Amino acid sequence: MTVSVPLWPAVLGRFGWQDLPFVRAWENPTISEIIGAFAGALVVVGAVVVAALLTRYGKWRYLWTEWLTSLDHKKIGIMYIVVAFVMLSRALVEAVLMRMQQAVAIENPGFLTPDHFGQLFSTHGSIMIFFMAMPFLTGMINYVLPLQIGARDMAFPWANSIALWLTIGAAGLMMASLVVGEFSTGGWSGYPPYTERTFSPGVGVDYWIWAVTLGSIGSTMAGINIACTVYKLRAPGMRFMRMQMFAWTSLCTSILMIFAMPPLTVATLLLALDRYLGFHFFTNDLGGNMMNYANMFWLFGHPEVYILILPAFGVYSEVVSTFSTKDLYGYTSLVIATMAIAVLSFTVWVHHFFTMGQSANVNAAFGIATMTIGVPTGVKIYDWIWTMFRGEVRFTVPMLYALAFMMTFVLGGFTGIILAMPPLDYLVHNTLFLVAHFHNMLIPGLLYGMLAGYHYWFPKAFGFRLDERWGRIAFTCWVVGFYLAFFPLYVLGASGMARRTQAIFEPSFRPWLYVAGVGAFVLLAALTSLGIQLWVSIRDRARTQVEAGDPWDGRGLEWSVSAPPPEYNFAVLPLIDGRNPFYDHKHDEGQPDPYASPLAYEDIVVPRGSATSVVIGLTAAVAAFGLIWEIWGLTIVALQVIVAAVVLRSFGRDQHRTIPAAEVAREHEAWLARVRTTPAIPRQLETAVVNRGLAEIVA
Amino acid sequence: MFVRLKWSLSRLAPLSILMGLGGCTALSHGFFNPQGPVAGHERDLFVTVSIVLLFVAGPVLLLTPLFAWHYRLSNRGDAYRPKWNFSWWVEGLIWIPPAGIVVGLAVLLWHWTQIDDPYRRLPGAAPVEVQAIALDWKWVFVYPDLGVASVDRLTIPAGRPVHIKLTSGTVMQSMLIPQLAGQIYAMGGMTTELNIQAHRPGRFRGENTQYNGVGFQQQKFDVVAVSPADYDRWAAAARRGSRTLDAQTWRRLSARSIITRPVEFAHVTPNLFEHVVAATGGMTHSPQKAVR
Repeated sequence: MTVSVPLWPAVLGRFGWQDLPFVRAWENPTISEIIGAFAGALVVVGAVVVAALLTRYGKWRYLWTEWLTSLDHKKIGIMYIVVAFVMLSRALVEAVLMRMQQAVAIENPGFLTPDHFGQLFSTHGSIMIFFMAMPFLTGMINYVLPLQIGARDMAFPWANSIALWLTIGAAGLMMASLVVGEFSTGGWSGYPPYTERTFSPGVGVDYWIWAVTLGSIGSTMAGINIACTVYKLRAPGMRFMRMQMFAWTSLCTSILMIFAMPPLTVATLLLALDRYLGFHFFTNDLGGNMMNYANMFWLFGHPEVYILILPAFGVYSEVVSTFSTKDLYGYTSLVIATMAIAVLSFTVWVHHFFTMGQSANVNAAFGIATMTIGVPTGVKIYDWIWTMFRGEVRFTVPMLYALAFMMTFVLGGFTGIILAMPPLDYLVHNTLFLVAHFHNMLIPGLLYGMLAGYHYWFPKAFGFRLDERWGRIAFTCWVVGFYLAFFPLYVLGASGMARRTQAIFEPSFRPWLYVAGVGAFVLLAALTSLGIQLWVSIRDRARTQVEAGDPWDGRGLEWSVSAPPPEYNFAVLPLIDGRNPFYDHKHDEGQPDPYASPLAYEDIVVPRGSATSVVIGLTAAVAAFGLIWEIWGLTIVALQVIVAAVVLRSFGRDQHRTIPAAEVAREHEAWLARVRTTPAIPRQLETAVVNRGLAEIVA
Repeated sequence: MFVRLKWSLSRLAPLSILMGLGGCTALSHGFFNPQGPVAGHERDLFVTVSIVLLFVAGPVLLLTPLFAWHYRLSNRGDAYRPKWNFSWWVEGLIWIPPAGIVVGLAVLLWHWTQIDDPYRRLPGAAPVEVQAIALDWKWVFVYPDLGVASVDRLTIPAGRPVHIKLTSGTVMQSMLIPQLAGQIYAMGGMTTELNIQAHRPGRFRGENTQYNGVGFQQQKFDVVAVSPADYDRWAAAARRGSRTLDAQTWRRLSARSIITRPVEFAHVTPNLFEHVVAATGGMTHSPQKAVR
């Protein structure tokens, strides 16, 4: 809201001293400004500390060659998830700040200014959706999918890296908005005309536009990549109906990404045209109509929520089946249900604005379509319940998440059906009831799913298990915190408390807001526990080695290779003859031994690392930064650098590396030899020190 | 130590009772305490749907912990069928009843969506016509039949339908009066409609629920329902006032600001509502005649 005087327009564009939160806090030292300055300082200090540590331990070269420029899908997946955790930390702290504000600002201004509060809910939403959830699930798919379908890499490794770096660049813009300038107050959906220059003249909305645009382009690329990987790179014999459930949900997610992301890109770009070039797509004058934006945004936004939930459904399918020691019940109906959800998700977008004044018939049609999605979703939950039936359930951390998910998600589904009823939506739309509902879907659905996957596949990725005790503590905090933080919001919403409210003038809301505030702190404790768990696990990694690669008696192909897997994933591409090839080969009589030496090895070609993808992603963020601050020269130069990087890459000749058969053989045989000396562990001991990643087969 | 703990607990007891009561009073501001036919209808629908949905959620909430615990690894007393993965009976059980429930709910939904359509006129006497114009952080209510207007207070006669036409002189907003009716957006250049009615005299809270800037949290207004006789008295008094809502006042009102207390205008520029619709792009949205 501060109006800053441009310092040097020719070079620095719109920038003035007032755009630095430190200057603002110096001139006006309120708690609100100090928090802003502290957040900005944290970003700067964090970056400096990381750089200093890298220099101190001489890890720059290692980081650059082994990670940042890597085209290996496994490393890209891990980097995505690192981004997700970093952004989760920021957005969760923002959520805690908002909950504290609402708890103290009852008939009281509280400690955050309305403008600051507006920025908080906008960044919280934008980050949690675009830079926490999306990277988390994209990373999970990136890591697991090629391993599950028996592929050596994704279909387009270089594009995969570009998608990652576009996401990182966009997340970097979100971070930059803390240090220089401000962020949008238009919420994560950025509805015009509020986000037009007339009403939001500052740089905030431009930050939002370009961060979301880069993120959506990255997600589109990721979607194309995932779909092509599933279509073209399945191992011999891997028919569609033999894929693991996670591969199915990844495929459906990628289809949704391909079709849902472009409308968002178009919507944000049209808004950018409005803001930068005086177009009138969504303005209040000269023929603009914001309803077009609402339709386009939710044409993306609704499939988006299924993009978020389907990978989690895939994880739950894996986890429930593995930890029930049993085949997945109703594979075919799960596939049908997943596809049905994917298709139906494009037919319900109007339920996000039942209150926009279309006719009752339109609303009713979309309401019924929305409720229809409840059927396949319910079927999935029952499928997981019946998977446990006559199994042997082991209460490991991923399974606990899955159970908590089933019990809690069904309550969110309950309120979802209520919201699907237009007459009821009229009452609770835009209130905390809605906020509680979508958090009830996203936290137990997406977040628990991703955390379950993180626990489940972590030993595969790093070769050692995560600490079970801290995992249970974190799990308890996530569940208890969720109920405390969000169930009061249902009550408040039913009492008519609007969402995005910086101050409350209704004293009877106090107890509920207090409970929700406590819940926010419990959720913060949950995130802290995850951090402690990671630290403890790394510290004690010598005791939890699972190099043999199968700590949970897993079912899919990803468990048939070492942990961590070799760069080429499979020494010899597997031949698929069933739905659970690895599991059946382990357990069934008369099947080939999955740990037998292959007959012959061959040379394997893997992509070399590439610096161009890093350059493209980060330069795109620089170009966006130039657009935000109206430093046109910077943008022009950055765009030229992007074009140059693409040209340079297309002239590159030596983009692959051949790993000779002898080397593959040496590595693989050495691993097999180690597997033979590994003790096989019964399921009762799988969380004990003795579990070295080989499952005991009970005849 | 224990003495002190006991003392603090005894101090806390009344507080906790108060907290509990506070919890219930919160809901009394919403549609669970409806004061008009529309909200009453919608509350009944809410309860009906919730009861139906118990049959969907109930089995999951019961079976999940039951199966997980009963079939736990350490419970060796039970059949273990690791290859059992399909049964037509179960399949029928998980597809057909939920689908049936959704079909039932769909019929219900269609019916109630027609009945509770915000555009649907309420039965009874001729409605009071109100034109609501959303501005930044205030609501302007024009009574075209009376020629008066008020800001941030909507006075209506109890027991008589009220027909509100909405538009926005600024960004999109949304009008919600939880105890009377659901909400509808107010958008620049466009007209939406909302029909409300209060059963009996009282004061109800109305608000904008669509974020629109730093004054958003204060954009609340009182809906004052009064007896028909009192309403007539109010209308007469309102017309006797001295304030005029002319172009100049409108410009002042349109500025982004919060009004601390409601204001009433005895005279209003004719066709103010239509002017606002036209000024915010109305001519391009609908074949309305241009207002000169």
